[in-house]
Amino acid sequence: MTWLLVVEQMLNGLQFGVMLFLVAAGLTLVFGIMNLVNLAHGSLYMLGAYLAVAFLKWTGSFAASVVLALLATLVIGMLVEVVALRTLYERDHLDQVLATFGLILFFNEAVAIVWGRAALFATVPSALGGFVEILPRLRYPVYRGVIILVGLAVALLLYVIVTHTRLGMLIRAGASNRTMVAALGVNIRLLYTVVFGFGAALAALGGLMAGPIYTVQPGMGEELLIEVLVVIVIGGIGSIRGALIGAIVVGMVDTLGRAFLKPMLATIISPTAADSAGPALASMLIYILMAAVLYFRPQGLFPAVRNG
Amino acid sequence: MTPRRRAVSLLAALGALAAIPLVAALVNEPFYLDLFRRIMIFAIAAVSLDIILGYGGMVSLGHAAYLGIGAYAVAIPALHGIHSAWVQWPLAIVLSGLAGLVIGAISLRTSGVYFIMITLAFAQMLYYVGISIEPWGGDDGMRLTRKSQLGGPLDLADPHVFYYVVLALLAVLLLVGDRVIDARFGTVIRAVKSNERRLAAIGLSPFRYKLAAFALAGAVCGLAGALLTNQTEYLTPSYMHWTRSGDIMVMVILGGMGTLGGPVLGAAAFLLLENVLSAWTVHWQAILGPLLVLVVLYARGGLWSLLPGGARRG
Repeated sequence: MTWLLVVEQMLNGLQFGVMLFLVAAGLTLVFGIMNLVNLAHGSLYMLGAYLAVAFLKWTGSFAASVVLALLATLVIGMLVEVVALRTLYERDHLDQVLATFGLILFFNEAVAIVWGRAALFATVPSALGGFVEILPRLRYPVYRGVIILVGLAVALLLYVIVTHTRLGMLIRAGASNRTMVAALGVNIRLLYTVVFGFGAALAALGGLMAGPIYTVQPGMGEELLIEVLVVIVIGGIGSIRGALIGAIVVGMVDTLGRAFLKPMLATIISPTAADSAGPALASMLIYILMAAVLYFRPQGLFPAVRNG
Repeated sequence: MTPRRRAVSLLAALGALAAIPLVAALVNEPFYLDLFRRIMIFAIAAVSLDIILGYGGMVSLGHAAYLGIGAYAVAIPALHGIHSAWVQWPLAIVLSGLAGLVIGAISLRTSGVYFIMITLAFAQMLYYVGISIEPWGGDDGMRLTRKSQLGGPLDLADPHVFYYVVLALLAVLLLVGDRVIDARFGTVIRAVKSNERRLAAIGLSPFRYKLAAFALAGAVCGLAGALLTNQTEYLTPSYMHWTRSGDIMVMVILGGMGTLGGPVLGAAAFLLLENVLSAWTVHWQAILGPLLVLVVLYARGGLWSLLPGGARRG
């Protein structure tokens, strides 16, 4: 029955969407608060995936590998912020794009030096293997279901942190007027480092969960990064809510487009033409969506308010 | 730099490039001919990006798209038996110019970081189109069986002839560019960068000038793409990959943006560095990356500003 397939693909879309969100959240926070375009954010996603594989081999425990990989990326993220990115906050976007482009080259090669260029295989832990019957005759992989739940839980947690805690208050205050926050005695540089570290850890969480589904290889970060950029541009740069909605929209559109565009086109034009036009159009869909959103709303759907 | 000094340094650069085949013949290293032809082709692409990036202040991270369009404009007619450069090259220029017009018309509505992202997105879109269309080689790309035919004695299969054709095109671009910068069009483009609102206040529409510059830059880069397929005799969608756009942007910055000689110098420095480092280690990008960060952080004027009389970026 086709509607079962539609439901399954929608779940896959949601799963892809929450993963995009995990990476987008850190990126959009960093942009919103520090006004920094960080192309190297995808590298942190890649590092998360690699470190989880490495720690799993070392400790033998999935839970331990997750915790260690997250902590390690948190530290690496904070180091990168202190060493390289801190000086870029006052620079224009062009300098930021170039410097972080340089970081991407470095991280990709560093990973290739340590782990080689060939793709690594990350395995789904046995406890999360198998399928669960969520609807009659619809069996869905447990692991993908877990990703959806973890992603939504992180979104909720972020919402609570940003709107209901002191740290969240400082983050919002820093985004709207950093000079004023600093004048009130808050160590804004430390706040930046911490936010950047947590953004890195979120990206790593996305990466280590993605490992068993996609391939773990150098350059895996950029494939996703471009889609994440689409997400935050659609959502409005700097807005967490925009990132969540943008991520789910992009995840859905991309997944459903790849699954159903070709058969749909085949009913309109000849099947051979649909064979080549379908995949081309499917991979273009999210970019068309982004161009359309920007055409009508040049600041994205939920533009973050910033002054000063 | 005064116009006179600028013209002198450009002519000096062109003279040095003209002497390369002689040097290559003297030291018996025909490989240099190939390398410097590649450098000049990327120099054309980098100069075209600098028109909008350095002079106009439009940070486009999708410039490789036009490189790809130009390359396809040579390879697709060749697939159908049309080998004349007089068809292929104008086609490359017109098509990439039109693409620039369309992409610019949408992208220029936005500004700042949104502009960077949307130009990047358009280039990725074209990249995925290239990957998906199987008759044109899909992911693997396609071979160019025969170089573009200029007719007469100009046979591009002869490496020296090809070299001087590329050099002549680069020279025309630089010398015309040198005039245009100080002409009305160039003045307005530079004014766009410094203050768009004031430009509008004196009665000029910034959008129309920006769009014209954007399309012009695309058209010139399309020509570079046409030359590049002839150089490699191969075409893959990876010509349009966003890291390629990043490379071209790096060339402009490395050499010095907002100058004509800078991008040429930057293309030479980038490709020579790539050549030297990759001969030394396969992990050359691990060196290039941090080097790039250092250049951005500490050497903002680029190599051109280090030359005697070079103007610093403002």
